[in-house]
Amino acid sequence: MKAYLAILSSRFLALLQYRAAAIAGVGTQLFFGLVRVMIFDGFYRSSSGPQPMTYDQVVTYIWLGQAMLALTLLAVDNDVAVMIRTGNVAYEMTRPVDLYAFWFARALSGRAAPLVMRAIPIFIIAGLFLGLQPPVSLRAGLMFIVSAFGGLLMASSLVALTTISLLWTISGEGLNRLALPLIFFFSGIGIPLPFFPDWSQPLVAALPFRGLIDTPFRIYLGHLSGQAATAAVLSQLAWIMALVIIGRVTLARGLRKLVVQGG
Amino acid sequence: MLLDSIKLYCRYVDISLRSQMQYRASFLIRTLAHFLITGAEFLGFVALFQRFGQIKGWTLPQMGLLYGIISVAFAIAEAVARGFDIFPTLIKAGDFDRVLLRPRSAAFQVLSQELQLMRIGRLAQGLIVLFWSAEQLDVHWTFANATLLSLAIVGGACLFSGLFVLQATICFWTTESLEIVNCTTYGGVEAAQFPLTIYRPWFRAIFTFVIPLAAINYFPAHAILNLRDVLGSTPLIQWLSPLTGVLFLVVCLQFWRFGVKHYTSTGS
Amino acid sequence: MPQIVVEDLVKTFHIARRAPGLWGGLKGLLKRDWREIRALDGVSFSIAQGELVGYIGPNGAGKSTTVKVLSGILVPDSGSVMVMGRTPWIDRIDYVRRIGVVFGQRTQLWWDLPVIESFDLLRDIYRVPQDRYRASRDELIAMLDLGALLDTTVRQLSLGQRMRCDLAAALLHEPELLFLDEPTIGLDAVSKLAVREFIERLNKQRGMTVILTTHDMDDIEALCRRVMVIGDGRILSDGTLADLRASVTRERWLTVDLVDGAPVAAVTDPDAALIRQEGKRFCLAFDPQRISVPDLIARIARNYPVHDLFVENPPIEAIIARIYAQRRSSGALTAVRGFAASVDKSQ
Repeated sequence: MKAYLAILSSRFLALLQYRAAAIAGVGTQLFFGLVRVMIFDGFYRSSSGPQPMTYDQVVTYIWLGQAMLALTLLAVDNDVAVMIRTGNVAYEMTRPVDLYAFWFARALSGRAAPLVMRAIPIFIIAGLFLGLQPPVSLRAGLMFIVSAFGGLLMASSLVALTTISLLWTISGEGLNRLALPLIFFFSGIGIPLPFFPDWSQPLVAALPFRGLIDTPFRIYLGHLSGQAATAAVLSQLAWIMALVIIGRVTLARGLRKLVVQGG
Repeated sequence: MLLDSIKLYCRYVDISLRSQMQYRASFLIRTLAHFLITGAEFLGFVALFQRFGQIKGWTLPQMGLLYGIISVAFAIAEAVARGFDIFPTLIKAGDFDRVLLRPRSAAFQVLSQELQLMRIGRLAQGLIVLFWSAEQLDVHWTFANATLLSLAIVGGACLFSGLFVLQATICFWTTESLEIVNCTTYGGVEAAQFPLTIYRPWFRAIFTFVIPLAAINYFPAHAILNLRDVLGSTPLIQWLSPLTGVLFLVVCLQFWRFGVKHYTSTGS
Repeated sequence: MPQIVVEDLVKTFHIARRAPGLWGGLKGLLKRDWREIRALDGVSFSIAQGELVGYIGPNGAGKSTTVKVLSGILVPDSGSVMVMGRTPWIDRIDYVRRIGVVFGQRTQLWWDLPVIESFDLLRDIYRVPQDRYRASRDELIAMLDLGALLDTTVRQLSLGQRMRCDLAAALLHEPELLFLDEPTIGLDAVSKLAVREFIERLNKQRGMTVILTTHDMDDIEALCRRVMVIGDGRILSDGTLADLRASVTRERWLTVDLVDGAPVAAVTDPDAALIRQEGKRFCLAFDPQRISVPDLIARIARNYPVHDLFVENPPIEAIIARIYAQRRSSGALTAVRGFAASVDKSQ
């Protein structure tokens, strides 16, 4: 366990080094957030019918999205990808390390560091000046934190899966190129999920990706409260467990394939 | 002289395309992925228009015209100016010296490195939206407004290429890639997909006078659709505005030359 | 009129100093600390057409900087440079057409293309007329024995093969002047010989001016009648190799590895001086005119449990260090004389 914590903290510290990039990155995200807010502002001014969310809620949703953007920008772990491509991954198998846990820990720290670095300044700036509302209640705020952590775990398990899929080289790469943008789309970061057409909502609900940011955001806004909130968080956890199990199984298969084929 | 440069560029492009075709499966997947991503993005807008009906008086097909012009222009720039997009890699590898040792302009050589064909994914998607919108709007196509549409796309491609050149020029001073320039390219694309009137005045000003995206689709669209511009642009402005994109590129290339001068006096 | 005339070349680089650690990185965002490096500190020399000049010096001495200035891709702070009657960095495009440059560490060929396609592309870039290109290309292919390599992609070539192709590539457009920056670095012995032979033929048969920067003394010995030594941005020595050797390098070095576990603390000899010791490895300097190589080896082997040994020339860095020492001591001597003179005057 200590080993994985060590990995987590060292990666975290390494990623914290990129301060200049972080400051510039926050600026970029404020820009994108502003554009989206203004687009919705334009829409709301043009129509007075009922919408899935009020304007204020949409604004909060958008800024929460910018703060937690790291959970939606899923990408393959590059170092591991190189290891797999060159065949060095075989050496990893000789170590007394749980390879899945190792890759998961890397994915976790890889998301956690940028998340913290961006989330804090954006919460502050957007909260003070740009319309990010506080959570609907203290309870909602606490549940939000729990659910957001769940989103982090889900993002990590998805990243681990994309990395594992590379053991099947070409098909893995292809799968990632198509899947990752779709995950991005179905997370609600571009178009908030409540705005998806009604006929698509069952599909949205069936996919796990709303657990990345949409679930925590709805809890924050009070759309999901009490029992519904608890159920949503449990659903997140169920999906996380499922993704972890799938990950472990496919990793074992993939490594066995390597051994059989001789790497 | 110019003909000779064009021939050389074609040769470079041939090499670049052959190299990309070597990995055919990967190319097809990436092209498809780009097509689907941009397609999904537009479907998202369709969903929003279904809920809201219109945005500041603009309907979905009208927005589609704006969207189409910007998308196609950006896709062309992404494909053609790819060399500038990957310039940080060139400079970090120390290969820019070799560029200077060849008897050709540095910008030409950087440009010629690659023509990224997979951008056709976004290009195709943009064209589909453009044609669909034009059909929905029942535009009466004349030689004049068809030319204006083409000029708008070309002007837009020049503008975005200029932004890529600017992005690359920054590398002469710092190798840390500044994420903030994404605001201008990808941010610009996102913003310009919607009519300018929805943005705050200060934001509009930036995208009209500093990075003249409005000149690429917003103003020309009024001329093509025969609309009166609430912001007060005259038909003359609307017809000539795409040239701003070309001018912008020329200015950016001047910055590039300044950057090269800086490089040769400080030596990487 | 010499082909190259360099006068009082000065070039200073400003490197940002960055303190280590997280705090240092943050400070670096606010205030920049600059460090000045005087890469060229008044360099002057001239080179006639057809000369084969070696340009040596330790790392950071200013070799690459000089080559960059001469090839027109770096503008100096002050001083004048005339190559083939013009200033290199003015009208760059027209100037570089007439020179050839080869970097030992880096290829100019396109990684994924067959060699012959790289050549054809260079022909178009340099606008070489087709008939002259064919003649030039065929001659170079013959001279460098590239026939079998033409259809191979550069990626698949060995280092030695790549260097031969790079040499051809640099000469396809028939330049009047050739700069070679560490052309034999990392090459195997056979390839080094091939490269050296080619450079020699190029210089003797075609009268091509060649400026060769290198770390490898064997390159210099094989090829260069004239050697310029640069150190700390200044030309320390400019003359024939014989002159350089005579002034510094009569000395040779014997390195001895003792057997593991040998109870010996030191290796000494009346005719040799200990320069360096690392564990069981001892490096001795000696004058071969005082004691011959075989005699010294026999004596050492007789007195000590030797596991292995080899004899070599002192590395170029040691030669430069000697030249510095000479300069410093002669400088000090001048200062003392000056002081004495001023004392005399005041009396």
